[in-house]
Amino acid sequence: MIEISHVSKWYTPLFQALKDCTTSVAKGEVVVVCGPSGSGKSTLIKCVNALEPFQEGSISIDGIKVNDPKTNLPKLRARVGMVFQHFELFPHLRISDNLCLAQEKVLGRAHDEAAAKGMKLLERVGLKEHAGKFPAELSGGQQQRVAIARALAMDPIAMLFDEPTSALDPEMISEVLDVMVDLAREGMTMMVVTHEMGFARKVAHRVIFMDRGEIVEDAPKEDFFGKPRSDRAQRFLSKILSH
Amino acid sequence: MFGNFDFDVIRRALPYLFLDGMTFTLTLTALSALGGITLGTLIAMMRLSGLRLLGRIAGLYVDFIRSLPLVLVIFWFYFLVPYIGQWLTGAARPIKVGAFASSLITFIMFEAAYFSEIMRAGIQSISRGQPAAAQALGLTYSQTMRYVVLPQAFRNMLPVLLTQTIVLFQDTSLVYVVSIPDFLGAASIVGERDGRLVEMYLFAALVYFAVSSVASFGVRQLQARIAIVR
Repeated sequence: MIEISHVSKWYTPLFQALKDCTTSVAKGEVVVVCGPSGSGKSTLIKCVNALEPFQEGSISIDGIKVNDPKTNLPKLRARVGMVFQHFELFPHLRISDNLCLAQEKVLGRAHDEAAAKGMKLLERVGLKEHAGKFPAELSGGQQQRVAIARALAMDPIAMLFDEPTSALDPEMISEVLDVMVDLAREGMTMMVVTHEMGFARKVAHRVIFMDRGEIVEDAPKEDFFGKPRSDRAQRFLSKILSH
Repeated sequence: MFGNFDFDVIRRALPYLFLDGMTFTLTLTALSALGGITLGTLIAMMRLSGLRLLGRIAGLYVDFIRSLPLVLVIFWFYFLVPYIGQWLTGAARPIKVGAFASSLITFIMFEAAYFSEIMRAGIQSISRGQPAAAQALGLTYSQTMRYVVLPQAFRNMLPVLLTQTIVLFQDTSLVYVVSIPDFLGAASIVGERDGRLVEMYLFAALVYFAVSSVASFGVRQLQARIAIVR
């Protein structure tokens, strides 16, 4: 589904953010990307739907090359859902309109159809009664669940999560993770940048460990948590699992 | 000290002052603000487009306009527009442009430079995650601007835009250089005719003060309300 091959990215000629990254996410697979901050994991996931440009290598989604100038990027992005660290709901629109905007403007759905779809997804994430509110009236956890619903409203073929729980208060993390776990169990193709190793243990098929722009470890979950091959991954795991 | 003053001249001139003068002033202010904000937003978008040439052109325009006194622009424009029109349309003679149209074009072009700086700040105040989220949903660049970035930029900048419009309201009085009877012009016409310039200018100052103060108060109220919503 998502093929990443030999991707390198430089922010400046001297600072290389990604070094020859190669991996893939198969249909229905859940892949967790972890690593210390500044390791390039967020950059990598943003490259997948071309929110970040990269200089070398290539990425394709469902056979369509992301870094081909001829690719209709808005059309491709509409098929891949993305959830951000800071939710990024549109603060000037009500929750229901946040869910409708792209359905109507991008997919061309009629308002009634889009609104009905939005309500169904709001119900799914347990926020139906908040449809008429503005994002600022919701807690962080609620906003992130709306953001997930907004992405799902586009009927995506895959979902990208960029540290979806990093900006949340601890007591709100589980409500977001629960939604993500459900999604994973339903067979959604997911690429998730997160430090939530509990989530990885529960639903991930593979875990990718990144450090200094490189993919250091790319292993099935059992192997990664059982016996990571690299020293760096071992040290990282011992640090975040010890508390 | 007011012994020699004749305030009745004001009462007699009221219909002319307000129905003709003030109507002109308010119409010019409203249309200039509308046009200026529209053109200013376009200029701001050009400057932020990331396209070198477009940004450079917009930047030069803003710097050029802002380095000229408004009176001069009004004056020159009034005399130049007929010739520019002639050149554009290829007509045999300078085309006739009414005083209103000429001053409206001048104010829109002039104010656009100032409004563009306000809108630029407004657009830049939107976090980069917002356009990223819009694009991740499949919105094109223009849809992202139209539905996500600009509505928020307008809302954030509304008090500043309105304050600039109040300044514009006062600036419209400068059309006196081309003898257009706006509110101030009408007052001075009556004043000169009746030899009561001091009374008329006092009254005009009072009216400008009253309108601007009330409008400023309104903007502050609005600002407080917006602050609560966020």
